[in-house]
Amino acid sequence: MFPHEEKLVRERLGREPNEVERAMLEVMWSEHASYKSSRRWLKLLPTKNEHVILGPGEDAGIVRFDENTAIVVGIESHNHPSAVEPYGGAATGVGGIVRDILCMGARPVALLDPIRFGPLEKERNRYLFEYVVKGIADYGNRIGVPTVGGEAEFDESLDNYTLVNVACIGLMKPEELVHSYIEEDGLLLVLVGNKTGRDGIHGVTFASEELSENAEEEDRSAVQIPDPFTEKLLIEATLEALKTGKVRALKDLGGGGLTCASSEMAGKKGFGAIIYADRVPQREPNMNAMEIMISESQERMLFAVKEEDLEEITRIFEKYELEWVVVGETIEEPRYIVYWGDEKVADLPVSLLTDVPAIEWEARPYSIERDVETPEIGVGEALVKVLSSPNVVSKRWVWEQYDHEVQGRSVLKPGLDAAVLKINGEYGLAFVSDGNPSYSYLNPYHGAMSAVAEAVRNLASVGARPLALVDNLNFASPERPEVYWSFIETIKGLADAAEAFGLAYVSGNVSFYNEVGSRPIKPAPVVAALGKVKLENIMTMDFKDKGDLIAIVGVTKKELGGSEFYRILGIERGAAPRVELEREKKNTEGILKAIELGLVKAIHDVSEGGIAVALTEMALAGGMGFEVDISKIPVEGELSPVEVLFSESQARFIVSFEGENLEKLGELFDEFAVIGEVKGKALLFKKEGEELAGLSLDKAREIYSSLPELLGEEE
Amino acid sequence: MPRFAVIVFPGTNCDFETVSAIKKAGGNAERVWYKQSLKDFDGAVLPGGFSYADYLRAGAISARAEIMEEVKALASDGKPVLGICNGFQILTEAGLLPGALRPNRIPRFLCRWVYLKVSDAQTAFTQFYKDGEVIRMPIAHAEGNYYTESLDGIRITFQYSDERGNVTEKANPNGSLLNIAGISNEKGNVLGMMPHPERASDKWLGSEDGLKVFRSMVEWARR
Repeated sequence: MFPHEEKLVRERLGREPNEVERAMLEVMWSEHASYKSSRRWLKLLPTKNEHVILGPGEDAGIVRFDENTAIVVGIESHNHPSAVEPYGGAATGVGGIVRDILCMGARPVALLDPIRFGPLEKERNRYLFEYVVKGIADYGNRIGVPTVGGEAEFDESLDNYTLVNVACIGLMKPEELVHSYIEEDGLLLVLVGNKTGRDGIHGVTFASEELSENAEEEDRSAVQIPDPFTEKLLIEATLEALKTGKVRALKDLGGGGLTCASSEMAGKKGFGAIIYADRVPQREPNMNAMEIMISESQERMLFAVKEEDLEEITRIFEKYELEWVVVGETIEEPRYIVYWGDEKVADLPVSLLTDVPAIEWEARPYSIERDVETPEIGVGEALVKVLSSPNVVSKRWVWEQYDHEVQGRSVLKPGLDAAVLKINGEYGLAFVSDGNPSYSYLNPYHGAMSAVAEAVRNLASVGARPLALVDNLNFASPERPEVYWSFIETIKGLADAAEAFGLAYVSGNVSFYNEVGSRPIKPAPVVAALGKVKLENIMTMDFKDKGDLIAIVGVTKKELGGSEFYRILGIERGAAPRVELEREKKNTEGILKAIELGLVKAIHDVSEGGIAVALTEMALAGGMGFEVDISKIPVEGELSPVEVLFSESQARFIVSFEGENLEKLGELFDEFAVIGEVKGKALLFKKEGEELAGLSLDKAREIYSSLPELLGEEE
Repeated sequence: MPRFAVIVFPGTNCDFETVSAIKKAGGNAERVWYKQSLKDFDGAVLPGGFSYADYLRAGAISARAEIMEEVKALASDGKPVLGICNGFQILTEAGLLPGALRPNRIPRFLCRWVYLKVSDAQTAFTQFYKDGEVIRMPIAHAEGNYYTESLDGIRITFQYSDERGNVTEKANPNGSLLNIAGISNEKGNVLGMMPHPERASDKWLGSEDGLKVFRSMVEWARR
């Protein structure tokens, strides 16, 4: 808490808070729990439309898929803990978001893990990467929720740090929704799941500060311990308990522990609660009331039930051998009271915990975009360098460690434009995440828009129409005026892009203070998007038949700031790609029509690494080469061949199709040009008939599969 | 219609889709909590997952649960008993099948689609395949590296192969002895396999090759 906040607490309370109260307030007034620096700006995001059943405000958002199916979706970050203890930090991040989905009443059915690290040349970054992946795998695999996608990116700015985000979706019938708040007094509060230990004490306050250089030693105790076995039992027991129809409210214990879960559950509609802290099963001896109230031990849920239903509900917990205890009750008076035996150890107005005043920081615009001249480099050399970048190479090493098939819904698997899950015999749900911190650093407004636009393009590339968005905003300290400005610009970009596509954000998360040793990270908004696709329309990126024509949709400009090409050349400046929303909408709509009319055989959106990488990925996926003449690529302005091939201009797709569909296909787009054909066993780039560069498919595959070698492994 | 118990231990996680696949194959299937009885069932399936979180050793704790005595009784009655992935690990730990599943050659979890050669099409679970048929389904395990001291009393049922059915070193994803992906007992009514046939029982998910495992099993139980 800041000094002015402590003063405010004293005024509102009319006395000094005692030690237990102070610890609880410290947790609830933390940035992580209260969103005090972000709340005001988050209101700018669109949150309602015809698809939305429940927008932001509870543990997860809910989207209507069809009459009988609702999709619950949420996103979380576990950056600070993962930077200190990558295995436990990443694993408990998965556990947390899964319980968020579960506590709305849904079965968790898929995870996405967008993760970001410093350069792999350094041992510590490799360690963080390998153990974050292992943490996600061990947890997700054991609870039987498939990890179907995500991102893995590497950037100098994240040296010695990591951004671990995780999105989850769940499935339920719309009428199965259970809220996280109560609206009556006299309900019993039942705590079920793991015992409470000293792990994760002050987890949210730790996540609301910058990490020091030796955080690894100092902050271990703030990281929670993962127990996926108990989580799996908790999932099944919770879903079985919900079937009784007798659960009045349900909330998971996450950041802020028991204090946060119970005060929010009781206080949201103006009720209060009494908590008997000494009843909480302890994992370690001699814990005190304060530790128990703010511990963030994992795999715990809080149920509100009527006394007469207690036996029926707890019989289910006992079947699954889960420990439970009636930890408190709801009361009419809006107070939050904690007992330790007979002693009243805390007594606060519940609103003092849940209504935290917003903070507005100074915002100072910055402008670092500068025109740069692209250095001389041959197309062939550039191609090999970009293809070898850890950001471009196949992430198979990552997603093969994740069970991406469990539950039997995975139609499109990881490594494609978007994952698709089978929801019923006719329709699938597409799910994807995107973020471009390097664009966002140069231009936070356009960087944010590009995250949305790319997610929508990824959905369209598999044939899905977008349904809804969630956002995870990873930033450095909001107390830095430039960072705060970039945060506000990001929100504006997210809002404008979503509005253009008619989309709403149904849930989200903000993570500030992502710094190590006073080095701020780049602004890193991550967007996850849901879409709906008819199973028979599902499209993939792999080239299908030799002789098919290849065309590009969209226009290529000299937009290389933040590109993979500039990154491998060590160029930090340049201008980030601009998002033109009308263009995005038109081209995306054209792509969806082309799929619905059956005119195309393969589609891939153009993003990281530009046209060169998009074509290479299509060739490798299909096991077929191509010949492309870059002089046929429509451009705006003067571009050299490498600039054409590696520009990351937005609103572009590559498609392949049978020649006979050319005319009909062309009619769907304003910006469309045939640039070559599927051919041979090599990637061949020409300019006006003359060969610029060629690479055999085998060589390209060898480079593209080199992630294990980059990690020092042999296979 | 034959009735199958899909046994659910704490930590089992492939039970729902295994039930669906059996139903699709024409059988009746129910999830059975490990404390319930197997009375009145015509066969049992031990599905995949992480029973008891693989504590001690994969499958070791479940193998000692009381319900396994009933599974053994079903097996000795000649009724079909199928263990998939963690279920295979449980069957070896319980002594229903010989050998053990060691950590993968590269010791980490591996989820990947593989080709299998049906090396024995006479068992309760393979009678609808042709001998030598090549099928495709996913694996997802960290301990699938099969080893046994002796092949006596074992019928090698599935082997990792290339798409033409050649059993090669390169096609072996986990270091398993003789590329073994699945084995059955001499009578052919107890099968353990690491690949997941229930994940290859729907055309939208990439393959329906696995469905014949369940069709064969249903047909066997019907006799």
